[in-house]
Amino acid sequence: MRLSELPKGSPAVVDRVDDAHASDPIAQRLRDLGFVDGEPLRVVAIGPMGGDPLLIQIGSTRFALRRAEAARVSVRVEVAA
Amino acid sequence: MSASTLKIALVGNPNCGKTALFNQLTGGRQKVANYAGVTVERKEGRFTAPSGRVLQLLDLPGTYSFEANSPDEQITRDVCAGNYPGEAPPDLIVCVADATNLRLHLRFVLEVKRLGRPVVLALNMMDTARQRGIVIDVPQLQERLGLPVVETIAVKRGGARALIERVDGEVPAAAPAQTDDAASRADLHAQVRELLAATVTMPRATAVIDDALDRWTLHSVFGLMILAVVMFLVFQAVYSIGKPMTDLIGDGFGWMGEHAAALMPAGPLQSLVTDGLFGGIGTVLGFLPEILVLFLFIIVLEESGYLPRAAFLLDRLMLSVGLTGRSFIPLLSSFACAIPGIMGTRSIQDPRDRLATILIAPLMTCSARLPVYALLIGAFIPTRRVLGVFNLQGVVLFALYLAGILGAMAVGWVMKHIRRDKSEHALLMELPSYRLPKVRDVAIGLYERGAIFMKRLTGVILGLTILMWFISTFPSPPAGATGPAIEYSFAGYIGRALQYVFAPIGFNWQISLALIPAFAARETAVAALATVYLVGGEASGLGQALAGQISLASALSLLVWFAYAPQCMSTLAVIRRETDSWRNVAISFGYMFVLAYAASFVVYQVASALA
Repeated sequence: MRLSELPKGSPAVVDRVDDAHASDPIAQRLRDLGFVDGEPLRVVAIGPMGGDPLLIQIGSTRFALRRAEAARVSVRVEVAA
Repeated sequence: MSASTLKIALVGNPNCGKTALFNQLTGGRQKVANYAGVTVERKEGRFTAPSGRVLQLLDLPGTYSFEANSPDEQITRDVCAGNYPGEAPPDLIVCVADATNLRLHLRFVLEVKRLGRPVVLALNMMDTARQRGIVIDVPQLQERLGLPVVETIAVKRGGARALIERVDGEVPAAAPAQTDDAASRADLHAQVRELLAATVTMPRATAVIDDALDRWTLHSVFGLMILAVVMFLVFQAVYSIGKPMTDLIGDGFGWMGEHAAALMPAGPLQSLVTDGLFGGIGTVLGFLPEILVLFLFIIVLEESGYLPRAAFLLDRLMLSVGLTGRSFIPLLSSFACAIPGIMGTRSIQDPRDRLATILIAPLMTCSARLPVYALLIGAFIPTRRVLGVFNLQGVVLFALYLAGILGAMAVGWVMKHIRRDKSEHALLMELPSYRLPKVRDVAIGLYERGAIFMKRLTGVILGLTILMWFISTFPSPPAGATGPAIEYSFAGYIGRALQYVFAPIGFNWQISLALIPAFAARETAVAALATVYLVGGEASGLGQALAGQISLASALSLLVWFAYAPQCMSTLAVIRRETDSWRNVAISFGYMFVLAYAASFVVYQVASALA
């Protein structure tokens, strides 16, 4: 599932970040900011106009990402044991 | 070693409290300038350590990663690596990390360590970390990192003592430099996880207060309402605190000019002193109160962490016209005056988004246009009721503000489609924790903004004001002349020449002439029209004179001209300063001239045809 499709509030875990094109600086920056395999995150807020941008809680940090940016992040929803 | 100056570079992620730490260490002893050739701020300060050694501190722009995404991040990387031209490599790097957000910040610490230079880690905001129950095993962290680690509280008096003692001591040994490649970069996250697992316990990932506040401030309905209230209060403050002070300064300098004039014989020298010198300084200083009040609020909003929330709420809207959420505050400031607005674009890191915001900012209706609007609307628009409730004069004024906003959106949209760089520029914005702004940091920020304005712009604006005075005063009218003196001056000749350019949009030579001083400051168009139409300073008298002399079509055309017209020269001077490019000044002036001319032409021709 793409991070851009994740419903607000449901916890998920980062799978990987995909480059939208060759040497994509935005994808690289997302990885540098901690969007790496196994990192838990969730959508905490959604922008008031057209549902964009998204506010993502990852670790102790909150990042505002546009949907196009969030679409680069592949996430998996882990079923609570 | 101890006798010479030790050069320390201060680095860290954005929002790590680095600037507060810099202020704590250096106090007011800072020098703010730009790096050569780019408009990235360079901040340097000095302080004397207890041992008597002088430490020179360079505050580098906040950076998430050495894989630089913006000019300021490139500068941080190059200065740290010691290969920025004209900048000596630092003897010691102090890396600042927010103790409440180590998962993000430690990765950059590891990146800095790999440069192979001496590094000290300052764990900042330790007070907040303790309040939130975060426990950090500092000796363990120090051992695992292989770097000296000190605790700091940048916002508390004496909160940097441990850091000062450490940097005043022996310079720590550098870790061996490591190559930078994709595999080793990916490995940094694994190292951070290991470090965190071994040294940090955190009861809760976020602060309770942040979660509670964000629920309201980012709410799709209440969030926008809160934003509207905040902005309304800022504008009220600008008008109720800044405006009276501006008027007071203008009056004060007028009074001083008159008294200075009384001391010297009548003639060109007297006129230079009263109109040129005192008038010019009055104009420059007159901007200052409004700029300071606006920046006071901008800095407080920035320090408190609210500004990125506003950008979050409005990003979608701004993106649709080729801007970014961060453009909002500078554009809003431009309703008071484009100068603080353009200076405020420094908070936009992306150069393309920043330039787009700078070019659009002067289309926002600044307060200097109001006297012109008031004069023309009062003289030409009847006080009729529209739809039973609205005053037609108010409707026209509102339409002029709206024309500016719609024009800006249209220009943004066009720029988005014609610019060469159509690539996706990221928002990727961190929303930091809410913080209570500290008086010292606000005061230093305000002082810096004020100093930039005074130092860098006074010369330009004063020079141009005196030039304006010169062309409106010389040559003096011939003996026996009956018209106003300005009619015989260079400005008079230029006005008559400009008439040929402006006739198609309905301006006679008097109006064309008034456009010349209006270029110095827009509100002076009123005084210039009063001079050429030989009436006293009374606005109502001038209104009647105008109504008798020019047609309604011309008046409407002039209103529209002022809505879009090329900005005043002070704004052009600030565009030159902030973009370091005459080309951008030319583009800005050129497109607004074409826009204003085209809009006025349509309005004049349509209104003349209907009349």
